Amino acid sequence: MTAKKFFSSPWRTLGFIALVGVTFLWLVPVLSALVTAFRTNDDILLHGFWSLPRQLGLSSFKDAWERGGLSRYLPNSFIITLPSLILTLFFSSLSAYALARFRFRGNRLIFFLYVGGTMLPFQVLMLPVFRLTDALGLYDTYWGLIAFHTAFQLGFCTFLLRNYMRTVPGEILESARIDGCSEFRIWWQIMMPLTLPAIAALATLEFTWIFNDYLWAIVLLRSDALKPVTAGLAALQGQYVMDWTVITAGALLATIPTVIVFIFLQRYFIEGLTLGATKG
Amino acid sequence: MVRGKTLTKLTPYLFLIVPLIIYLIWVIGPMFYTFYLSLTDWDGLSTPNFIGWRNYQRLFKDPVFYTSLKNNLKWVLSFITIPVVAGLALAMALNHAIPLEKFFKASFYSPLVLSLVVCGLMWSWAYHPAHGLINSALRLMGLDALAQGWLSDKDLVMWAIIVVGIWRQVGYVMVLYLAGLQSIDPSLVDASKVDGCTGWQTFRHVIFPLLAPVTVIVVVISIIDSLRAFDLVSVMTRGGPFNSSSVLANFMYIEAFNNYKMGYGAAIAVILFLISLVFIFTYLWRILQTEMEY
Repeated sequence: MTAKKFFSSPWRTLGFIALVGVTFLWLVPVLSALVTAFRTNDDILLHGFWSLPRQLGLSSFKDAWERGGLSRYLPNSFIITLPSLILTLFFSSLSAYALARFRFRGNRLIFFLYVGGTMLPFQVLMLPVFRLTDALGLYDTYWGLIAFHTAFQLGFCTFLLRNYMRTVPGEILESARIDGCSEFRIWWQIMMPLTLPAIAALATLEFTWIFNDYLWAIVLLRSDALKPVTAGLAALQGQYVMDWTVITAGALLATIPTVIVFIFLQRYFIEGLTLGATKG
Repeated sequence: MVRGKTLTKLTPYLFLIVPLIIYLIWVIGPMFYTFYLSLTDWDGLSTPNFIGWRNYQRLFKDPVFYTSLKNNLKWVLSFITIPVVAGLALAMALNHAIPLEKFFKASFYSPLVLSLVVCGLMWSWAYHPAHGLINSALRLMGLDALAQGWLSDKDLVMWAIIVVGIWRQVGYVMVLYLAGLQSIDPSLVDASKVDGCTGWQTFRHVIFPLLAPVTVIVVVISIIDSLRAFDLVSVMTRGGPFNSSSVLANFMYIEAFNNYKMGYGAAIAVILFLISLVFIFTYLWRILQTEMEY
């Protein structure tokens, strides 16, 4: 429908205006953070939030980046997220293949173990995982956090990939088997390329999830030098209690990576969200 | 030949062994271990001593436990109503070709990309009593009486935080319903229009029933998400003032990691787990039903 035709109906026009209003309200918290971050703290305190900014600048961003420690926290987030993402996708594609393509005793039980595990409240895992990382010497290291993320995300990834792999026509795999292909080669050279769309969707979603994790970062890490950006921001909040321009600037910097992923891989992100919930 | 056969039988286990062991060690095992810890007086450092049900006896007398439970209930009730209705309404509105459709959709699901920590910080600033967006706007409009200490008033604070949760959840529900709407056969909708149904009747008697499976999933996910609520409370109030915004997840974290009562924390976790279990089973049951359709 062309815009002209759409607006020919007054009801539709009215509905459209209402939608614009609601959408604007929805974005207000984000817009407010944006406006705040570019202003100076004194300006806001002196003239009020709704006053016209006297001066705009990047000094808050600079503060958050340098003194606030974002220059450390943000790289940490990548150091934790990327290995977790790769490992969990690798391992879950293995287990998903077994669950999707073989009949064997315990298949369904294992599948339900994976699916059920993804819905657990984190609190029920927190103390034992804390104790386990401590016992393994992984407490307060990147690897403790990476190990946990890899393991926990296995549940959701296996669930999703297994459902996707079941939709691949069996004849393709069967003909490879007759040609004498080993199962591992079938998995790697035939199944994996066919599963790529699902893996892309999953990777986008998992990247944001792991990147945005806060709870496990504060449970498994203590050193400020290792903290990812979520935990770092919470620390920043304590440190800059009075200076909201720096806090909002930090918050905005922290979202840049996930926003970039979202802008470029939006389709996959949405696909991932819906795959998980509606195919179940 | 015999060897080949055993090998085929072993193949799925070879694929599974490493991931499954990782999963058992880090997820399934800890779940059971928490039950054991909840029966001990573990403080995080010394060896746990078995003390029977004492943590639970204390828990059931702890007023903070009941406050947290009530707050979780508020959270659940808000989450299974407001975002579901709003998400469905938005999905219905945006399922047609309208101008700026992509912009609208992106605006509503963009909060999903932000971490809860960032959402909590942005909203804490909006709620700021003296300089925040909301109170300054109210004062500007001459509505000074409505300006509140949103996060310092013990009757308001929980709702103020739940609003942030809802703000983030609506887009998610919308995405799920949009996907559900895509899978509805348009001829069914057309048929009802031919039969003279009004828009509302079509929705009420054709579209909504067809979306029932999505609704079940949405409700279950919303409940589980609201039982998990932690980040927002932790960043915005830490459960304060005077525990008035405490939720079970946050209560557990504070007892275990700030007060070093890890045994007690484990008992809270077990209660939270038992509440979740009902919904986890509902979810698994739905999946089992779809499995049967294969």
